[in-house]
Amino acid sequence: MTRNLVVVTAGLSQPSSTRLLADQIAGAVAAEVTARGEALDIQVIELRELAVDLATMMATAGMPTSRLNEAREQVSAADGMIVVTPVFAASYSGVFKMFFDALDPDALNGMPVIIAATAGTPRHSMVLDHALRPLLTHLRAVVMPTGVFAATEDFGGGADGQQLSARIGRAADELAGPLVTDGGGSVGGFTPNSADTKRRDSGVHVPARVTPFAKLLDGHSG
Amino acid sequence: MQFGLFSVGDVTTDPTNGRTPTEAERVQSMVAIAKKAEEVGLDVFASGEHHNPPFVPSSPTTMLGYIAAQTENLTLSTSTTLITTNDPVKIAEDFAMLQHLAGGRVDLMMGRGNTGPVYPWFGKDIRKGIPLAVENYHLLRRLWREKVVDWEGEFRTPLHGYTSTPAPLDGVPPFVWHGSIRSPEIAEQAAFYGDGFFHNHIFWNKEHTQGMVKLYRQRFEHYGHGAADQAIVGLGGQIFMADTEKEAVRRFRPYFDNAPVYGHGPSLESFTRDTPLTVGTPEQVIERTLGFADYVGDYQRQLFLVDHAGLPLEQVLEQIEILGKEVVPVLRREFEARRPEHVPSDPPTHSSLLAQGPDSPHLKVINATAGLEQAEDAEVSA
Repeated sequence: MTRNLVVVTAGLSQPSSTRLLADQIAGAVAAEVTARGEALDIQVIELRELAVDLATMMATAGMPTSRLNEAREQVSAADGMIVVTPVFAASYSGVFKMFFDALDPDALNGMPVIIAATAGTPRHSMVLDHALRPLLTHLRAVVMPTGVFAATEDFGGGADGQQLSARIGRAADELAGPLVTDGGGSVGGFTPNSADTKRRDSGVHVPARVTPFAKLLDGHSG
Repeated sequence: MQFGLFSVGDVTTDPTNGRTPTEAERVQSMVAIAKKAEEVGLDVFASGEHHNPPFVPSSPTTMLGYIAAQTENLTLSTSTTLITTNDPVKIAEDFAMLQHLAGGRVDLMMGRGNTGPVYPWFGKDIRKGIPLAVENYHLLRRLWREKVVDWEGEFRTPLHGYTSTPAPLDGVPPFVWHGSIRSPEIAEQAAFYGDGFFHNHIFWNKEHTQGMVKLYRQRFEHYGHGAADQAIVGLGGQIFMADTEKEAVRRFRPYFDNAPVYGHGPSLESFTRDTPLTVGTPEQVIERTLGFADYVGDYQRQLFLVDHAGLPLEQVLEQIEILGKEVVPVLRREFEARRPEHVPSDPPTHSSLLAQGPDSPHLKVINATAGLEQAEDAEVSA
């Protein structure tokens, strides 16, 4: 069965080192999944292309554009994700955060995710654990233990470059596990082994399941 | 089919001249708008309810009672009445009183509001929005249908031996709509009781409105109130008209660009494409509005928003004039032409409910445990 990986990348320039890192991680995940005998379909969402749609949604009390709805559906239907942002002012970029602000609170339930970031200097490396990890955890995604941080110098040779490749490999190995064993937890919209976990919901459509009104009224007199 | 206006009652600066109406002027302009609606043959005027600036209508039944005294045919309604933070006992009393004063020309729309702090200001918990809407409305229904009510719930002081006065006019409670943009529980609530469902429509794309109405229709049929296409549906709409589209856009654009909610955001052109907003000729408004029935089905009430974003009263009255004289007569004819025989044209009114007699399902208290035993989560076909 082909697994479905969505890569969300918030680089703004063209070409972008953020996209470069995203592609390297995606390639490593593809290799790990293939090595486990499964195929991987990779879709990339460039948040720069959605920046105006995101601003429009924020300026209309939350009405998403159709392009944004496509991305929201794509994300919630994924078996796993890679999310990559440049570091802006000591955190993820504004556009990166706006995208997650635009998702339904149940959009990422149980989603296995690799978090990654780029910056001009390694001094920002804690952004992964101080900014990205709490954001994704809040959205009930399952964040892989290994985050991938790449400062500009990590794209060069020597020990720095080798360590980046090693980190990418380790993160890819961690994500390939849940991707292959349970399709990332999105089978039928349920996360496995947990009837109490809420279904993933992109919020794009009116829910197909309703709670019967008698249940909502349960316990009332008369 | 009923056509009318719904007003948010915002006090907004006119961006073309910097003038801000006083609250006194805005209150009087809402009254003038309602009277104009009656004059040009519209059927409904609905007031919003807000408890914070820049809105004036905090006390809709007071205003609607005043309008009732100066009109003959207009149905007075709300858009919406806060079922979450108002005391259901006071809603029962206020609207029964209004019914008597207005000779039955009253219905109302339940809603949960859009301002978070209203919950704590009125001593309620916003996280309980849906449970408040469920419990309070169930009590409200009983207060209008049982002579003496004994009741205990989670959110309100218990009642024992309580009789709401005055009783509804002729013993017939007002028809109730439930308004919600995105909560399926509210569509389900409307369907359970066989009440009307209203979708605001104007701040969302049509696919979303279509999905919510479809959910309500399917569940209305499930609960045995009639076929899905007989469910009682209302929609909002937003228009600005002139002799030519170009002129309408030229005049409306400064108001659009500075409007509360969506001003300084999307362009007028993209908002017109993505939502029901129509800025153009009366013919364009007619064509667009008739198209609503293509995606929600034949429906019973269409309310337009015409008096917001700082538009001066004279322009609003001019819009209502065009609406009443040129647009609505055609809409009435065309909507009736396409409506199947078995689909009701109007929502229930006081006289139609009274005519159903003492055995009318409208007068029945629907027990809270009705259908509980087979209440498994239900799949609605997509």
